[in-house]
Amino acid sequence: MSAVLMDAQPVRRHPRYRLRRNLSEAAALALGVVVLIWTLTPIYNIVIVALESHGDVFTNNIWPASPSLESFWIVVTEGYWYLEHFWHQFGNSLYIGVATVFLTLLIGSLASFSIGRMRIRHGWLVSNAALLTYVIPASFLAIPFYRIMHIYGLSNNLWAVIAAEVTFATPYAIFIFQQYGVSIPIELDEAARIDGASPVQVYLRIYLPLMAPALVAVGTYALLLAWNEYLYQFLLLSSKRSMTVPVALAQFLNSDEAPWNYMMATAIVYALPPIAIYYAFRRRMTAGLTMGGVKG
Amino acid sequence: MTEALVLRVPGALPARLLPVSKPRRRAWRGGLQGSEFTWAVAFVIPYAAVFLAFVAYPVVYGLWLGRDPKLYAELLADPIYQRTVVNTVLYLVIGVNLKMFGALLLSGFFMRRGWWVKVLLLIFVLPWAMPALPAFISFHWMLNGQWGLINNFLWDVFGVDGPGWLETSRWLALGSVIVSHIWKWMPFWTVILLAGRMSIPQELYEAAEMDGATGTRRFIHVTFPLLANLYLVCTLLSTLFTLGDFNSVYFVSGGGPALSTHVLATLGIRDAFEVARPDLGVAAVMSALPLMIPLVILLMRKLRTTEVQL
Repeated sequence: MSAVLMDAQPVRRHPRYRLRRNLSEAAALALGVVVLIWTLTPIYNIVIVALESHGDVFTNNIWPASPSLESFWIVVTEGYWYLEHFWHQFGNSLYIGVATVFLTLLIGSLASFSIGRMRIRHGWLVSNAALLTYVIPASFLAIPFYRIMHIYGLSNNLWAVIAAEVTFATPYAIFIFQQYGVSIPIELDEAARIDGASPVQVYLRIYLPLMAPALVAVGTYALLLAWNEYLYQFLLLSSKRSMTVPVALAQFLNSDEAPWNYMMATAIVYALPPIAIYYAFRRRMTAGLTMGGVKG
Repeated sequence: MTEALVLRVPGALPARLLPVSKPRRRAWRGGLQGSEFTWAVAFVIPYAAVFLAFVAYPVVYGLWLGRDPKLYAELLADPIYQRTVVNTVLYLVIGVNLKMFGALLLSGFFMRRGWWVKVLLLIFVLPWAMPALPAFISFHWMLNGQWGLINNFLWDVFGVDGPGWLETSRWLALGSVIVSHIWKWMPFWTVILLAGRMSIPQELYEAAEMDGATGTRRFIHVTFPLLANLYLVCTLLSTLFTLGDFNSVYFVSGGGPALSTHVLATLGIRDAFEVARPDLGVAAVMSALPLMIPLVILLMRKLRTTEVQL
């Protein structure tokens, strides 16, 4: 159709121009294929190993000889001694994720409301503290953090992990909320205040509803952060009942005969929720990330 | 044309990415009165408590643990530590720059029109959405010298016996870790730079085309000057995040073979919890401070001054 349109136009296209365009299209296509292979190879690997039987893992096949969903069935029914608490551990991961999202949104939005909207004196101190936390690598704080959790009496407790995740997610939340809050007219707050609304009412009825897009972006971010995190969960949770899926999964790695097909199936089941949520909120996430700097 | 460009960018993005001068925000008219001030303080207290209990206290405690100068002498004399420092520098210099440069190029590629580019972008961001652990254990097994996918492929297709990527050589293992890290994090930075590119007004390109600038010259004279600040901030942030990256090294090479591919983040944890020397672990991590502090200062400055442009 575009060819027809082009021919109908009175402008004469230079043949060399067209050749160059075709060449560049071909080059783009080639690059596209490279990007596709680069992205999908590790994912292909994880899927085929999960589809293989235990014996087939240790062969030189590059595709599964007899693909079956048996490994997934084993994972879902907890049918292997390493997986005996799988659903409980999955529940722990979910519990940590949901609590992290909720607390990050609550603490972050309250602080941003006070600093950005009510303009509390010395609010910049809090913003700077948040910015500083944002650039400290979490893994560098792990050793003293572990000791301090013992002092607080939170060893082997899910709340120790939640505290860690919230600590590292809130600075980003404050950063985003403050930037997004600038786009909401302050006159709304003032009008409500003149009508006699208390700060709590302004926060609940005006601020939160208007911040909904930023809340979604930061909530998704906090969930992905908690789901990605391994080190703190590994250090702070030790018993089988309190472990999360990544910690239990990493234990497989250290066993002598690692059941790779079960591990990969476990990994896929674990990866599905964040992938689904990410794609559901992708647009908002991207907007949020670029709005207020970045964090992986 | 311009309309389509704006529509494609979600949210308040275009305004944010351009240097727009905004009138300074006022406080609530008349300042905070009576109970309002109490509320404002009450709203900040949860975050202040989190910061004091879980950031300030651990930082001070860490500084106290690593206060003994003898620890640093002990570290410097240790060949494992020396190798770790070299690895960390290589990991940062090669890993971060390859990743950011790749992201810069790919963000240009994803600006192309056409349905297949859009679909490809959806697939390309999958590593970012995937949790770290599944991704890295997949790399770990894929690179297994005996049964891994890569060597199986080399053998089945080319009849070549591939090397033990993670088991035999320090450089192969370190290279594998860097590639895994790039695989996981390049999509994220690509999306950031893509949004930066999309916010460049189309009129600028049209004007440049009038003046005869296309292709490479257009990139050098239009795109890059406008993207340079964002690129710098992203590179600085990425350097700090990569410095703290524990998962890639821990799960892909595990610091092996023979403790030769550790970076500071993993060595600190190893010293503290496997060797049971928390003071030494903290010292290892703290030895990154001379690199970190200038980066943080530079970054905080950049973030403050370019707040509107980011």
